[in-house]
Amino acid sequence: MSLLSIEGVTQRFGGLTAVDSVSCAIAPGTISAIIGPNGAGKTTLFNLISGFQKPVAGRIVFDGHDITGMAPHRIAARGLVRTFQLVQLFPDLTAAQNVEAGCHLRGSGGLWAALARTASARRELADAAATARELLAFVGLQARADLPATALTYGQQRLLEVARALAAAPRLLLLDEPAAGLNALETDHLARTLDAIVARGVTVLLIEHDMSLVMRVASRIVVLDFGRRIAEGTPEEVQRDPAVLEAYLGGVDLAAGGGSAHA
Amino acid sequence: MTSPATTSPPSGRARLAPALLWAAGAALVAYAFVAGGYLVTVLGFAALYAIFVTGLNFFMGYTGQVSFGQNAFAAIGGYTSAVLTTAYNWPVFAAMPLGIGAAALLALAIGYPTLRLRGHYLAMATLALGMIVQEIAVQWDRVTMGYTGIAAIPPLGAFGRELPNERAQLAALLAALALAVWVASRLKHSRLGHALAAIAGSEDAARALGIDVARYKLIAFVVAAVYAAFAGSMFAHFVGFVSPEVFGLHMVVLGFTMLYVGGIGTVYGPLVGALIISLLPETFRGFKEFQDLAYGAALIVILIYAPKGLASLARLWTRRGAAPDAAAAATAGTSRGDAGAAR
Repeated sequence: MSLLSIEGVTQRFGGLTAVDSVSCAIAPGTISAIIGPNGAGKTTLFNLISGFQKPVAGRIVFDGHDITGMAPHRIAARGLVRTFQLVQLFPDLTAAQNVEAGCHLRGSGGLWAALARTASARRELADAAATARELLAFVGLQARADLPATALTYGQQRLLEVARALAAAPRLLLLDEPAAGLNALETDHLARTLDAIVARGVTVLLIEHDMSLVMRVASRIVVLDFGRRIAEGTPEEVQRDPAVLEAYLGGVDLAAGGGSAHA
Repeated sequence: MTSPATTSPPSGRARLAPALLWAAGAALVAYAFVAGGYLVTVLGFAALYAIFVTGLNFFMGYTGQVSFGQNAFAAIGGYTSAVLTTAYNWPVFAAMPLGIGAAALLALAIGYPTLRLRGHYLAMATLALGMIVQEIAVQWDRVTMGYTGIAAIPPLGAFGRELPNERAQLAALLAALALAVWVASRLKHSRLGHALAAIAGSEDAARALGIDVARYKLIAFVVAAVYAAFAGSMFAHFVGFVSPEVFGLHMVVLGFTMLYVGGIGTVYGPLVGALIISLLPETFRGFKEFQDLAYGAALIVILIYAPKGLASLARLWTRRGAAPDAAAAATAGTSRGDAGAAR
């Protein structure tokens, strides 16, 4: 039984077919990766899964429910949470406040709870603060908790975004290029963090260009090229696949840094 | 940014700055009560605007949206109070809630479709709203008396008694302001406030974290409208007169100036801004024909040296005293973050 199943999903922008009838299934408790040259449709596929775009065809089933075309916040409430290729932090807040704001789905208080500051509203705030500390420690940012998010290094900002996404209590976490801009040390830390996330019972699906990271953490890889799925399998299978070699070595993407340039 | 810099607990110096500000404000109010006269009127206006701007801040500062049309809701609050208490002899505390309720309903009806718009489109829609309501105030003269306005509006009071003098009115306004700030502070430091801060930071990220952005924007818009209507109604009773000009574009410009000079996004910024902007023209009265020039120059100086508002100066000062490393790191990080955000 797969946690997420994508069935013939298609997205077009004008004449361009960004995602062309892609199907794949993500098993719970695993780390899977979507790879492919730049412009292969990876982020578009993420947008379709997370509800930021509506596919023109196909079906997306999460945990037995059809979530195709559902609003992003409803999909998140079902336990499917994403991060962004360009870090989208809340710049005016501290690191801890970023994660606290991410705890939204853990609480339920509205306008009246806030006004009356009910016991449950106070407890929710205290719980969010405690969750924020715990998650910052989990990604190794406990010493940065009270700094403005913008005062963090780029690598720390990426980790903060992961911590904030975990605050939304996801069962499936979609990470869009989490290692982009990280140095080797930070990437190593990220790899260990990803394993720890799975150990918490969260399934991970990531888009990544850093092949060494993908090969190290992912148990299953989907390869996209020009919007089509050209291969799927274990890292070993994908590395030997002629279509994959053609897509990566045959095009210009190696020189453009899309392939093994990071590795 | 390599040294681990954590913020220290508030030091003596950190408590001193806000304490000094509060002391200065209290001294000014105390002086007004003793001296009476024109200063009471000026502080009354400052309190009214502080309520109005606290609402504006809720929508613009906490939630990161733009509205040029809050004067519409102030007009609805003001005119409802004016018409009901003069033409129909309603008591003040029956007319006021009705005006606030009407403004809240209008905010719901207008906000539901327009809050789907982003940035400039929303700003344009709200600008139109303000102009439409003002036009109605002009044209519907059977009820609003058109340009003439409505005069002889009874002052604040309850149970058939009016507050005896302007000083008592000022006390009532300050109590209303305290309530307004208290509510804003409660809402800011709550799950709701966190959701609004998330929307202000990044709508996409807020959505991805399960926040119903449209719903929370609507809540913020309605709360801001309630504040505006409350201020508008209090205005009618404090001044005793309303006209279309009172709730014109001037109110929007003044509100924006106070918000940015005081410090957008902070709880006390609207208070500081309303007070400073109300006092500044009086301070420069001695400059005679150069009064406007001095006022403009003062505004520019404030916005150059305190771009995040005067309320942020106190924080900067305490941060510098408490943790110089953290302040330096924060400043360096902010400038880099700004550069990164400009895409």
